[in-house]
Amino acid sequence: MSGQLVVAQDLPWPPSVNDFYPPAVAGPWVTKFTLMVWLAVGLVIIFYMAAYRNPKLVPSKGQWLAESVYGLVRDNITREQMGNAGIRFAPYFTVLFSFILVTNIFSIVPGLQISPNSHIAFPIVLAAISYVLYLAVGIRKHGLVKYLKMTLIMPGVPWPMHFLLVPIEFLQNFINRPVTLALRLFANMFAGHLLLLVFTVGGFVMLSADNLFVQVTSVFSFAMAIVMAFFEALVAVLQAYVFVTLTANYVGTSLAEEH
Amino acid sequence: MYLAAEGGHNPILPIWQELVVGTIAFALLVFVLLKFVMPRMEAMYQARVDAIEGGLKRAEAAQAEANQLLEQYRAQLAEVRTEAARIRDDARADAEGIRQDILAKAREESDRIIAAGKEQLVAERTTIVRELRTEVGTLAVDLASKIVGESLADEARRAGTVDRFLDGLESAGAR
Repeated sequence: MSGQLVVAQDLPWPPSVNDFYPPAVAGPWVTKFTLMVWLAVGLVIIFYMAAYRNPKLVPSKGQWLAESVYGLVRDNITREQMGNAGIRFAPYFTVLFSFILVTNIFSIVPGLQISPNSHIAFPIVLAAISYVLYLAVGIRKHGLVKYLKMTLIMPGVPWPMHFLLVPIEFLQNFINRPVTLALRLFANMFAGHLLLLVFTVGGFVMLSADNLFVQVTSVFSFAMAIVMAFFEALVAVLQAYVFVTLTANYVGTSLAEEH
Repeated sequence: MYLAAEGGHNPILPIWQELVVGTIAFALLVFVLLKFVMPRMEAMYQARVDAIEGGLKRAEAAQAEANQLLEQYRAQLAEVRTEAARIRDDARADAEGIRQDILAKAREESDRIIAAGKEQLVAERTTIVRELRTEVGTLAVDLASKIVGESLADEARRAGTVDRFLDGLESAGAR
């Protein structure tokens, strides 16, 4: 049925993975996705540069907005997760948060309508940086051996349990953390885009059906698409927040004195 | 899934060009913002915290100073009141003392005057009595010699006679 519709209306129904891989603009280096990443980088830099060109104690609107983001990351994420010792990481976390937020929001920006983070390459880059960051911080603070011991060996456990616990801890701290960090962001953006596709393209498909009832019902599909767009906005902010919070938490555990 | 096979893309496998672009772009972003924006933002944040906390501290200090001044003024006021009361008491005591002094002096003076008067009276009386005695004696003797015609030249006898006479008079008068 659907295949017939696609042929009839030239709509890509049902949505597939291929919808995430539009034809390259000019070779594999210049695609919609790489261009969007550059756009996000440009926007974030311009926003902060403009907002902080001439900072004042009593801030202007732009400066206030920039400081709100910084304050959120600094006080509500970094200090919450790492205590006052973590404040020095707040600038990086702010950049990370801003970048993820902007690229996530692209998923509901008209004309772009997809987040670069729905290609796993970008979440991998971000997660890898977080991974290296918390490993480096831990090793630098405690030394390699002590850091490994601290991370892998739970204190106050009968020694035979370590045969079980050490591999679990290893998996948890050195494999699962970066993988889940990247996958969570990627999957959320991927699924969000897929949902939007289902309801918008589905709406068009229903509208072009030859049955009046189905055509009228497409209204619900479009309404759902709008609801999902708001939901997507929520998810975009939430995932940026979660990514940064978890990164802060990981770096915080590397800084901590105990397991 | 078959979809991935169909399009030749597996969404779980990254495109390596995107890894490179993502790394470079994000590195650029981090570099620029960490170098040019974030230090100023943290500095501004600190400045604002200082401004707010400093303001609060200044207000607290001013409040404390005002309270201290108030306490000081109250203490001074109380001190002044006790001082005034003390001065009033002193004055009252002084006045009483002065009154007593004056009274005592006046009494003394009056006593002295009275005593002096009495003494003078006694002295004058004595003088008068003596003079009278001499005069009365002389007069009596002169009168008697005129009457008797006889001169009582003997002084010692004459004095004895007069005195005897007068003593007789006095005792007769006293009786």
